[in-house]
Amino acid sequence: MPVPCRTGCGKNAMLKRPKTGDALCKECFFWAFETEIHFTITKGELFKKGDSVAVAASGGKDSTVLAHVLKTLNERYNYGLNLMLLSIDEGITGYRDDSLETVKQNRDDYEMALKILSYKELYGWTMDEIVAQIGRKNNCTFCGVFRRQALDRGAAMLNVKCIATGHNADDIAETVLMNVLRGDIARLKRCTAISTGSEGTIPRVKPLKYTYEKEIVMYAHYKKLVYFSTECVFAPNAYRGHARALLKDMEKIRPTCIMDIIYSGETMEVKEAVSLPSQRVCIRCNFVSSQEVCKACVLLEGLNKGLPKLGIGKSSKAKRMLEEYNAKQHKSLEEAIKDINEEYEKNNCISKGKVCRSSCKSKQTAQINKTHKTTSETCCNGQSDEKLNTDNDITNSKVKVLLKEYGLSEPAQDDSSNLIAVKIDHSNTEKVGNATNDDDFEVDSHNTDEQIVDEDDTCGGACGKIDSLHISF
Amino acid sequence: MEPLKIHIQFGGGAELLFDKIKRREVELPALKKYYPDCKHEKWLIKDLLVWIKDNLLKERPELFLQGDSVRPGILVLINDADWELYGELDYELQQNDTIMFISTLHGG
Repeated sequence: MPVPCRTGCGKNAMLKRPKTGDALCKECFFWAFETEIHFTITKGELFKKGDSVAVAASGGKDSTVLAHVLKTLNERYNYGLNLMLLSIDEGITGYRDDSLETVKQNRDDYEMALKILSYKELYGWTMDEIVAQIGRKNNCTFCGVFRRQALDRGAAMLNVKCIATGHNADDIAETVLMNVLRGDIARLKRCTAISTGSEGTIPRVKPLKYTYEKEIVMYAHYKKLVYFSTECVFAPNAYRGHARALLKDMEKIRPTCIMDIIYSGETMEVKEAVSLPSQRVCIRCNFVSSQEVCKACVLLEGLNKGLPKLGIGKSSKAKRMLEEYNAKQHKSLEEAIKDINEEYEKNNCISKGKVCRSSCKSKQTAQINKTHKTTSETCCNGQSDEKLNTDNDITNSKVKVLLKEYGLSEPAQDDSSNLIAVKIDHSNTEKVGNATNDDDFEVDSHNTDEQIVDEDDTCGGACGKIDSLHISF
Repeated sequence: MEPLKIHIQFGGGAELLFDKIKRREVELPALKKYYPDCKHEKWLIKDLLVWIKDNLLKERPELFLQGDSVRPGILVLINDADWELYGELDYELQQNDTIMFISTLHGG
């Protein structure tokens, strides 16, 4: 049973507007749709005559309709705007690469200039790489933060007065719900603003703020506009999905709820006592930020250091994570050195003060040589084979140098095994701080190595540790 | 009763659930034969949805249907007009009708 158009134009109605419940024919619908956007633009004073405006285009339904409507209104009402398209390539295979083709078609259809920026160029990471690093949760945080900065930079490159994004009423209502569900008061205050941005940044406006998603789709369908329609491959895990499901169910029961939620978000006031972060500038990249270091820099640092959770959650945690990371690096370095020394000690079977000569033939790091030297010189004093004894004078003087270095007094001859133990401990702890001492010992090490090479293999496997002859590092 | 010939179209991404085919022509058999328990004589959209679920939907039914009706966010157009003007699920299908399902659930 066809219903006549509400306006009384005589034609049959083609759709029922969820916003108002009116049944309208196609032409009246177009007129209502476009005029409401025009009203939003003029009331919000979004543009001035002669401005350059970048339309953030993704190839999806919202940005395609936005580009089309802005072009139409620009001509109809003489805004005098210079419109161009700006697109961001996040590097999501199977999603973004296809939609960019649609943007190129838009450029041709609407005769607008197009600029494409990619995450790879700007940050060195594509979204696919980021997800491989951090997993499937919290991806949207990275993507959203990086995209906003990318849009700002693109706009600066194009030298435009403002950026127009295709956020529609459903998006804003979902955002309000999300922020309420997560207790994010600062965002709640900002998210319903039609124009966002602060001193020194290029503002972002949302001309479609009061247009329902359903109407955008109907408009695109009736006007036969070409757009790309696939869900982002990472979207199923997004938190926004919950808010969207709730909103869609409520819309079915009471379609005006979307406008009402936006109204609630706009008129909500924050209590005096609640502290809100102030906006300043990032100390690293100079972009607007509410913290000392902006979110994008924090996220990038996390990615590059292999700390995927850096930047997710409270910012106080980020500092703590970085401190833990640095401490861990330091500690693991110490432990690695300790392990090497212990391994070395094990492999140099020290029984009765003798040291396996053959194992020393494999020259490892200077530090190991140093350890070896110190132990050999002290432990072999008069207790190994004769050849060594003849070199005792040389070694003894060196020992004296070492002893002086470590602040130990010269031990008795038969006490060498104890000395070794002491020496080892000392040398271990010295390692961390005295890396520069390697240079001091270089001259000595050459001499002792030569001695070693000349000698016979004195170790007959008497200690039983055959395997230890091979030091494997 | 002769079989009911109708056109079914999918858009906005909904086609991905149906082998990526955007347009189809289908012939619906007599309702009584298909649903012996049915109380009414003529094909309604309600019945069509069940038929689609049984015959065309290849995967993930929850992305298309919710309960008795389509999932919220999927628009239904009967001969290019909003189904809300025609009583939604209770609309009686006519010969050669075009029913289009457009999904709005994707990025913009």
